[in-house]
Amino acid sequence: MRLVIRSDAGTVADYIAEYIKQRIIQFEPTPEKPFVIGLPTGSSPVGVYKRLVQLCTDGSLSFKNVVTFNMDEYVGLPRDHPESYHSFMWNHLFKHIDIPPENVNILNGNADDLQAECERYEAKIQSYGGIELFLGGIGPDGHIAFNEPGSSLQSRTRVKTLAYETIIANARFFGGDVSKVPKLALTVGVGTVMDAREVVVIITGANKAIALAKCIEEGVNHMWTVSAIQTHPRSLVVCDDDATLELHVKTVRYFKSIEQVQDEMIGRENLGLYGQVAGPLRYTAIPSGN
Amino acid sequence: MAAASTHSHTSNDARADSKPSSSGPITQFYNCRVLRDHQLVDDSLYIQNGKIIDPAKMFWDEQRIPDVRIDCKGGIVSPGYIDLQINGAYGFDFSNDTDIIEEAVSNISKGLLLQGCTAYCPTTVSSRPEVYHKVLAHLGPRAGSIEDGATILGAHVEGPFISPQKKGAHELATLRVAKNGLADFEECYGLNNLRKYAAYVTMAPEVEGVLESIPKLIKATGICISSGHSNATSAVANKAHTSGANMITHLFNAMHAFHQRDPGVIGLLGASESRPFYGIICDGIHVHPHSVMIAYYAHPAGACLVTDAMSAQSLPDGFYKLGEMDVDVHGGHVYIKGTNTIAGSVITMAECVRNFIKFTGASKVEALENATLHPAQMLGITDRKGTLDHGADADILVLDDNLFVQRVFVAGQEATEENVKFTKKALS
Repeated sequence: MRLVIRSDAGTVADYIAEYIKQRIIQFEPTPEKPFVIGLPTGSSPVGVYKRLVQLCTDGSLSFKNVVTFNMDEYVGLPRDHPESYHSFMWNHLFKHIDIPPENVNILNGNADDLQAECERYEAKIQSYGGIELFLGGIGPDGHIAFNEPGSSLQSRTRVKTLAYETIIANARFFGGDVSKVPKLALTVGVGTVMDAREVVVIITGANKAIALAKCIEEGVNHMWTVSAIQTHPRSLVVCDDDATLELHVKTVRYFKSIEQVQDEMIGRENLGLYGQVAGPLRYTAIPSGN
Repeated sequence: MAAASTHSHTSNDARADSKPSSSGPITQFYNCRVLRDHQLVDDSLYIQNGKIIDPAKMFWDEQRIPDVRIDCKGGIVSPGYIDLQINGAYGFDFSNDTDIIEEAVSNISKGLLLQGCTAYCPTTVSSRPEVYHKVLAHLGPRAGSIEDGATILGAHVEGPFISPQKKGAHELATLRVAKNGLADFEECYGLNNLRKYAAYVTMAPEVEGVLESIPKLIKATGICISSGHSNATSAVANKAHTSGANMITHLFNAMHAFHQRDPGVIGLLGASESRPFYGIICDGIHVHPHSVMIAYYAHPAGACLVTDAMSAQSLPDGFYKLGEMDVDVHGGHVYIKGTNTIAGSVITMAECVRNFIKFTGASKVEALENATLHPAQMLGITDRKGTLDHGADADILVLDDNLFVQRVFVAGQEATEENVKFTKKALS
């Protein structure tokens, strides 16, 4: 796992948007071989989407050959309801970019057979050969998508009952009326996310600090579902200074030192996107001593 | 692998089995600020088949993307202007050109369209009954298009049940009273003509028989009533409003001046319950800028910018006809020849909007809504006009930041000098 620490939410969003842009460009997607990305909703990704829109508007990034799978959707909420995740994605991303509508996938929370809808979704992901990069946010309790504490780390796309606290917290989006808040959601599972070839998690703000510490400094644990990324072969967490408040100084220093070595001693030009060595090193060889 | 299997899944997709694609190319206006919900929002606007559409439905249900994209170059996208009061333009006049009324309507409609006025109420001055029976049928509602020009919302029949003391440029001999109630309106206009062809009528509530007739007239014809050319006391003006007259015709002009003990028709702007809409002529001549400011601060939600333009609008200075009167047009002023009685304006809606900002310091949104939303609200047609809501007619302006009209669309088609041809009538 890599941990990249930036000063604030804005620079975190800059980093991730640029990262996604480079990943898509280096992937060289085509209609036959699209770049398949998993996408979250919520407050964490808003800044990232804003920057991706800007990159698309200025012509430096295209979504023509990108296929998206969203993480989750409420059950029973009309698609055009302003709080639906369809509306969220439409307003924050899809209406501003050049993605073909048929490349967009979001779980249908109004399907007659919700279980069948979940199975269809997993099958559709498989039909593309899986997800290349899954972008995620994280809740204060360490959840990813609607996989709240206690969710199986092997879980697949399924119907979930929302935690009482989530329903209360969401009431503010429904005119303060708890009775209007959906009680069920469809969500990809932790296993669905971890099957992606790469997982990138955005973690910003002091209210996520405990979750970040639990997820990366303690053991893999279903009470902090994002901790599952510890076993993922290619995962990246991008956080801001505020989110590091509960981390050990040692942890923060370690990950900052990695970037420092890469920047000052190896040189960015020698490294690929994942920090891997990209070709023969061009920095001055260490003197053998005399 | 991916592409082939993708298609095999499409039929199972929740979105693919929704209603079939409706035909007609979809146009997107982008790189613009759209007037929506009392704000200018960075957004795109989508139209199809002459209507504004919900792009989310296009995307999710029809899985379509726009066929045509129009770069608005950072401009403002507004509904087209609606002029509730205009007597003529380009040399033609709705009251005077009764023999060539179709020609007049056609040329004015096209000319106004190119000015950014996408819908209007052709206005007739006080006339003899035979004039109404002859021309009203030509001033009834008709849809806007490149071929026909701006939408006609129905006639604004101004007079002749108005006050002789406040007749303005209306001819005294044509004025009348309604002592027989509806029968007088029937005789003068033909109620059926009002029902079919008129949007609203201006009358003075203090004229004999008018006040009592207002509810009956509304019931019989469904049109709106505006108080104007009136010397009504505050009490009578209030009564007219509570009886259903929901508008004041060219506020301040042709009504008695504001008096603290009897504010008259103007006083309706201070009513504590419901207040009427009001037309106001922002040419800087009919109404002093300070008066515009006072009216607007008293009742911002009721302001409707109107031109009250006459036949010389968009013609050079000179002597012209208004109804059967000779008028003198010089430097934006229009007077009855040899007098200092104002006889209409030669201003355009676009100029009114810019003047309004100059006079009041109002925001662009406020100024634009006075020329779009409020007039549509007054006539009760916001389901199709005066807004950019989904389902409304695609009558659209692209404006620069100084609110100069850059592009005009009517029923989804762009109107240009190349595709909208019209003639001016030479006047002597």
